Amino acid sequence: MRVALFVTCLVDGLFPDVGKATVTLLERLGHEVVVPRGQTCCGQMHVNTGYARMALPVVRNHVEAFADADVVVTPSGSCTAAVRHQHADVAREHGDRGLADAAAQVGQRTYELSEFLVDVLGLTDVGAYFPHRVTYHPTCHSLRLLRVGDRPEQLLRAVRGIDLVELPAADECCGFGGTFALKNPDTSTAMLADKMAAVVGTGARVLTAGDSSCLMHIGGGLSRLRTGVRPLHLAQVLASTADAPTAVTR
Amino acid sequence: MTFLGMPTLSGEPFPTAARAALGDAQLRRNLAKATGTIRAKRARVVEELPDWAGLRAAGAAIKDATLADLDTHLLAFEADLVARGTTVHWARDGAEAARIVTDLVAATGTREVIKVKSMAGAEIGLNDAFDAAGIAPIETDLAELIVQLGHDRPSHILVPAIHRSRAEIRDLFRREMPGVAPDLTDEPAALAEAARRFLRHKFTTVDVAISGANFAVADTGSLVVVESEGNGRMCLTLPRTLISVVGIEKLVPTWSDLEVFLQLLPRSSTGERMNPYTSVWTGPTEGQTAHVVLVDNGRTATLADTVGRAALRCIRCSACLNSCPVYARTGGHAYGSVYPGPIGAVLSPQLTGVAHNRTLPYASSLCGVCQDVCPVAIDIPSILVHLRGKVVEDHAPVAEAAAMRALAWAMADAGRWRRLLRAGRLGRALGRRRDRIGSLPPPLSAWTGTRDAPRPPRQTFRDWWESR
Amino acid sequence: MNARDEILRRIAAALGDRRPTPPVPRAYRRATGEPGDVDLFADRVRDYGARVRVVSADAIAAAVATALHDRNARDVVAAPGIPAGWAPTADRSTVDTQRLGAVDGVITACRVAIAATGTIVLDHDAPDQGVRALTLLPDYHLVVVRRDRIVADVPDAVAALAGVRTQTWISGPSATSDIELERVEGVHGPRTLEVIVAR
Repeated sequence: MRVALFVTCLVDGLFPDVGKATVTLLERLGHEVVVPRGQTCCGQMHVNTGYARMALPVVRNHVEAFADADVVVTPSGSCTAAVRHQHADVAREHGDRGLADAAAQVGQRTYELSEFLVDVLGLTDVGAYFPHRVTYHPTCHSLRLLRVGDRPEQLLRAVRGIDLVELPAADECCGFGGTFALKNPDTSTAMLADKMAAVVGTGARVLTAGDSSCLMHIGGGLSRLRTGVRPLHLAQVLASTADAPTAVTR
Repeated sequence: MTFLGMPTLSGEPFPTAARAALGDAQLRRNLAKATGTIRAKRARVVEELPDWAGLRAAGAAIKDATLADLDTHLLAFEADLVARGTTVHWARDGAEAARIVTDLVAATGTREVIKVKSMAGAEIGLNDAFDAAGIAPIETDLAELIVQLGHDRPSHILVPAIHRSRAEIRDLFRREMPGVAPDLTDEPAALAEAARRFLRHKFTTVDVAISGANFAVADTGSLVVVESEGNGRMCLTLPRTLISVVGIEKLVPTWSDLEVFLQLLPRSSTGERMNPYTSVWTGPTEGQTAHVVLVDNGRTATLADTVGRAALRCIRCSACLNSCPVYARTGGHAYGSVYPGPIGAVLSPQLTGVAHNRTLPYASSLCGVCQDVCPVAIDIPSILVHLRGKVVEDHAPVAEAAAMRALAWAMADAGRWRRLLRAGRLGRALGRRRDRIGSLPPPLSAWTGTRDAPRPPRQTFRDWWESR
Repeated sequence: MNARDEILRRIAAALGDRRPTPPVPRAYRRATGEPGDVDLFADRVRDYGARVRVVSADAIAAAVATALHDRNARDVVAAPGIPAGWAPTADRSTVDTQRLGAVDGVITACRVAIAATGTIVLDHDAPDQGVRALTLLPDYHLVVVRRDRIVADVPDAVAALAGVRTQTWISGPSATSDIELERVEGVHGPRTLEVIVAR
C-alpha cells in the first residue's frame, strides 16, 4: 500500500527518530511510504488556544498537502484527532464550505499509527523485538477522541522479548495539554508529578505512548528528576528488531 | 437599602488561585481521597445499566429540546403554578432575584430562614443579601452548614465541604456550633449527630424555607428536589412559607421526562442507584404559601450562543468535577465561582461574559474525561475551546498573539516552515552539556521550571528524508 | 419592561429563527407494565442498610406486630387509611409535629416500589400514606409494600405516578456523605427504615 506519512511538526522539528521509526516499520511491513512535501502542522495548538482564525491557513495548507493521498498515517493520536474532528469545523466556522468538505475527506482517510496497523492492515504482530520492561501511557486524545482502545497494547503484547507492565491510573492525563502546560504550569506540574510517580513505580525502563507531545512532557519531567526512564514513541518500540534494535540509552 | 451583591461567579485568575491551592498538602490529600472514592462508586453503578448510553442520549436531547423552546415551556410552567396558587416571580439577574427573596422573607416578619442546598441560591449571593437585610440564613445541608460555620466558600457542587477533613470539621463544630458537646469526636457519625441535634429545633420553629429545584416540570407545574439527608424534606414540609429559586434552564417539558433524569442524576452524582430522598410537590402543599422565583442571570445570554448553550443542559451532578484531573488537584476554590470544575469553567464565563472570566476557559488540559462522564453528554472540551476563541477575540495577550501569528504564518507554507525549523537548530547550543535543555527564557521558562526541554536535533525529519 | 417580559424577549432573541428539534431518541428501557421482581426489590432495599422482611400476603399484620415488638416500639402512629388489622393500637390521627418527633415510630403503606433501585414512593394525598410530616419526624419508619405495588424500574414508577401531586421517593434511610465522602446513615429523616414486603 502507498502510505502518505503526516510526520507532524513536533516530530519533524524535535523528534525525527520517531518519524524514522515510523518509516522503518511501514517499509518493513512492505508498504511504500511517501512524505508529501507541502505538509507542516495540523494547527491544533492555535485552535485549542483560541486562535482558530489564524489556524485557517494552516488547515488549508494541510488539506492541500494531503488532498491526493489515499491513506494518511501519522504517529500522533492528538494530531489525528485534530485532522479528523477539528479541521472541518474550523473551516465551516469561518465560512469556507469547500475547505470543510475537503478537510472532512482528508480526515476520513487519516489514521493514527495503531489504528492503521490493527484496523487497516489487520496486524497485531509486526515482528518487533524489544527485550525491555515497558509501560504504556494511553494519551487522552487517542483514548477519548479516537477511541483507539487497547490497540496499542495488542501491538505491544505481540512484541517479542518485551516485559509489558501495567501503568497505574493509566488513563489519567499527564498534564501536558498543549499551551495548558505554559498557562497553568503549577497545575500541569502537579499532574505530571503523579504521572511520573506511577511510571517510576512500575520499574519500567521505557515509557511508551502514541504521542510525542505527551512523551516530551513526561519525558522532560523524568529527565529533570534523573529517573533513568527512557521515553520512546510506540513507533520506536514497534520498529525495533533483533538486527536493528532501538537503543534505550542515549 | 440596595444590595449590590458579591461576585459569586468570578474570582482571581485561575493560575494564581491554583498555585495557592496546590501548595496545601492537606487539601490535596482530602481531594484525592474524596474524588477517588466517588469516581469508583459512580463507575460501578453506571456499569450496572446496559442502557446508559441510551439514557444519556435521551437526557441530552430532552434538554436541547427544552432549550429550543424555552419560553413556551416557561409560560406553561408558570400557568400551572399560578392555577394552583403559587406566586411566580421573574428575576433578570442575581441581584434582582436576591432582592425578591429577601423582600418576601421580610414581609413575613421573620428574621430567620432555613435553607435547602441550592446552587441557584449560592449563585445569586442569597446569604450575603440576607445578612445585609438583617435576616439570618441557616444552612441545613451538612456540608453547607460546615461551610457556613467556617465562614468558608463551597468548593464542590455536590459536597461543598469536600476540601475539609473530619478533624477540621470537628474543630469547627467545637468552635462554632451552639450547644455542641466539648468532647465531640471526629467520627463522621458523631459529627452528623451533632448537626442533627443543632438543626432539629430550627426545622420545627423557623417559619420560612428557601429551596432550589433540581427539576421543574412544565406540563404539571411540579418541582423536584433530590437530596440525601432529609434536611430538604424538613425545609419543604414544616415551614409555613416556601420560596423556591429556580434557574430557567431547570425545566423539563413533561412529567415522563423524569424517567430519564431520575436515573441519570443519582448514579452520576453520589454514585448510588437512587438518592435517599426525592421530594415532588405540585403547587402549595398542606396549607403552605408557595413562591417560585425564576432566574435568568446570564442564562439567556448563554442560550444565545449556539455552541455554548449546551452547558445549560447541566443537571449539577458534579461527575465532571470528580473525574477532572485539574479539579482533583486544585479543588473548587481556585475556580473562583460557585460552579467549579469543568462545568464551572464553561458555565461561569458564559454567565458573566468572558471579559469577567478570562482564565477559566484555559483551566483544563482538554483531556476529555469530563465529557465521557457527563450524563447529558455536554462536550465540555469543545465549549472550552470555543470560549478560548471568545477570550482571544475580546482581549488577546499581545506577546502570545504575536507568537501565534508568526507561527501560523510559518506553518501555512512548507518552505517557510522548513526555514524556521532549520533556524531552530541554533537552539542546539543550549543543551550542549547533556543533550537536554534545562532552562529557557519566558514564557518557555514555565516549561523548564519543572521539565527539561528536548535539544533540537542535528537534522530535521524532512532533511533526513530527502537525504536518504 | 418588567422582568418577565424582558426575559421572554431575551429568550426569543437568543433563539432567533427556531428550527424544529429532532424527536428525542428513547433508546433505553421504558415502562413495560410488567411486575417488578420481589426478591430484587428486597435485595436492593437491604443494600441501603434498611431492614427487610418478606412475608406472605396474609401475614402482614403478624409481621407488623413482630417488627414493632422487635423494635420495642410501643407509641406508634399510623397513616389514617391503613387497614385496621395492621397495628390495631397505633394512633391514626396525630399530625402534631411535637408529638411526631417524640413517638417510637410510624407505619404506612406506599404507592409504588421500584425493584431495580429499591425505592419506595409515598403519595401524600393517599390516606394510607399520610401527610409528609408523618413519615419525616419519627425516627423509625415501617413501610408495608404489597406485591402489586412493585414495578420493575424507574420508568414504570414515573408512569404509575403521573398525576400524583405530592410525592416522596425513599431509598433507604437518611444518609450523608458530606464528611470525606464516608456514608453515614441517619441525619435528619427517620434513621431506621424497615420494609415489610408481602408476596
